[in-house]
Amino acid sequence: MSLSYFIQQLLNGLSLGGAYALIAIGYTMVYGILRMINFAHGDEFMMAGYFMIYSIAVFPWFISIPIVIAATVVLGVLIERVAYRPLRNAPRMSVMISAIGVSYLLENLANYLFTAMPQSYPQIPILKYVYNFGDISVSRVTILAPVLTIVLTVLLVMLVNKTKLGMAMRACSKDQETAKIMGIRVDNVITMTFVIGCALAAVGSILYFTDRNTVQPYSGSLPGLKCFVAAVIGGIGNIPGAVVGGFIVGICQIAITAAGYSVFSDAFTFVLLFIILLVRPSGLFGEKAVDKV
Amino acid sequence: MLIVRNLSIRYGGIEAVRDISFDVPDSKIVTLVGANGAGKSSTLRAIIGLVKPSGGSILLRDSYIRGRRTDEIVRQGITLVPEGRHVFPDQTVLENLKIGAYLRKDDISEDLERVYTLFPRLKERSWQPAGTLSGGEQQMLAVGRALMANPALIMMDEPSLGLAPIVVQEIFNIIRRINEQGTTVLLVEQNANMALQIADYAYVIENGTITIKGTGQELLKNEKVRAAYLGTGAK
Repeated sequence: MSLSYFIQQLLNGLSLGGAYALIAIGYTMVYGILRMINFAHGDEFMMAGYFMIYSIAVFPWFISIPIVIAATVVLGVLIERVAYRPLRNAPRMSVMISAIGVSYLLENLANYLFTAMPQSYPQIPILKYVYNFGDISVSRVTILAPVLTIVLTVLLVMLVNKTKLGMAMRACSKDQETAKIMGIRVDNVITMTFVIGCALAAVGSILYFTDRNTVQPYSGSLPGLKCFVAAVIGGIGNIPGAVVGGFIVGICQIAITAAGYSVFSDAFTFVLLFIILLVRPSGLFGEKAVDKV
Repeated sequence: MLIVRNLSIRYGGIEAVRDISFDVPDSKIVTLVGANGAGKSSTLRAIIGLVKPSGGSILLRDSYIRGRRTDEIVRQGITLVPEGRHVFPDQTVLENLKIGAYLRKDDISEDLERVYTLFPRLKERSWQPAGTLSGGEQQMLAVGRALMANPALIMMDEPSLGLAPIVVQEIFNIIRRINEQGTTVLLVEQNANMALQIADYAYVIENGTITIKGTGQELLKNEKVRAAYLGTGAK
């Protein structure tokens, strides 16, 4: 294996990992605040792919990107309002089942609206621009993905740790009732969590689909599961953990594919999940559940 | 300050509070005493909007607050120190105090000083995660956090629960001082002896209804109260 091949694949892995990381943040944030897995998150990501296809048919790319982000946010907030909020006081399992229902609903809706035929994802020239360094050729999106992911993560961590909204989010994730007593509108904070999670998933979808060229109604299901695994590996509820998890899953997937075992690349993600659950169930950066009575 | 009339609260088919009425006059200490499950906590939770009452009215300075959202009620000047303290364990003492002032847009440094003066130990530990504090310190933090909202009425749910007697004494001294500084106090306690000693007015709640009322001193001398709650009644 030549060095240039190695670097090429490493860059691909970082790029895929960056997209996964952005999606994984959505899982981890929603879990942090609602203690539920938003199984529809991967499908929201898939819908973001379709939003881009239809938006770019009308608008130039620099208008389409904000439209895609806004539409995904609206979809995510709508899902929370309709499918999760009415179950706020129900057992957590009910919300989880509702999320699975929404996941199927979105997949079938996409099937109905956009047909099951894969549709080609718009090639945004500015993202597709190819750099050549000797034997290595990488598109701009490949380089942009990990950089953008890290920048967005740093901004998000600052938001959570330094702002009033972040303070409210941390309070709600620990103890919603006490947060209410402090005057925090918990429902608004939950809405903001979905806004952030969906916006990042929309950015992730642009990075992901630009490199993969097609979208179909089930494009979100396997990446969704993998990003959920990434969030668990990092320690669910922990934002930097989800990002590290995303990069681990992305790099492993590319590494296995590059080694010629692409058949096993999906399976390996879940092997990783088993290993982490056996060795370190709370994830790499997850806190152990300790209650002081 | 606060007028509660014919308040009823149901959980499913069970009526936890039945038709209770009481007044909390300006800058007084009022206490609700009673056994476990009598409906004291439910009453406080209804006042701050965490549970929806099934009937009755709650007036804060002539405005009806029953059924309002909790943040609106807090904005109007009521705070609650919840039972079991419920400080945010991973956040520092200072952050906990800042969360208490969440709805405020004005300068909070003066109130921070006030809380630190009332509880010097919180100042020493302001950078420590709240989860590392002792039970008594956590209770002080919970009270301090509620004061950071600069409330007109502070409600406290069992502030003495699970604390050593010397700490209980300290907490009650603090409650008195907070009241002397002009904040009205509504106190719920199982420790009737301590509560009645500092209370201007007191109500005994039994099975969701008020059975005895009077000044703190009257209730301390009341035979029934002594027998049931103070353990000093005539045999």
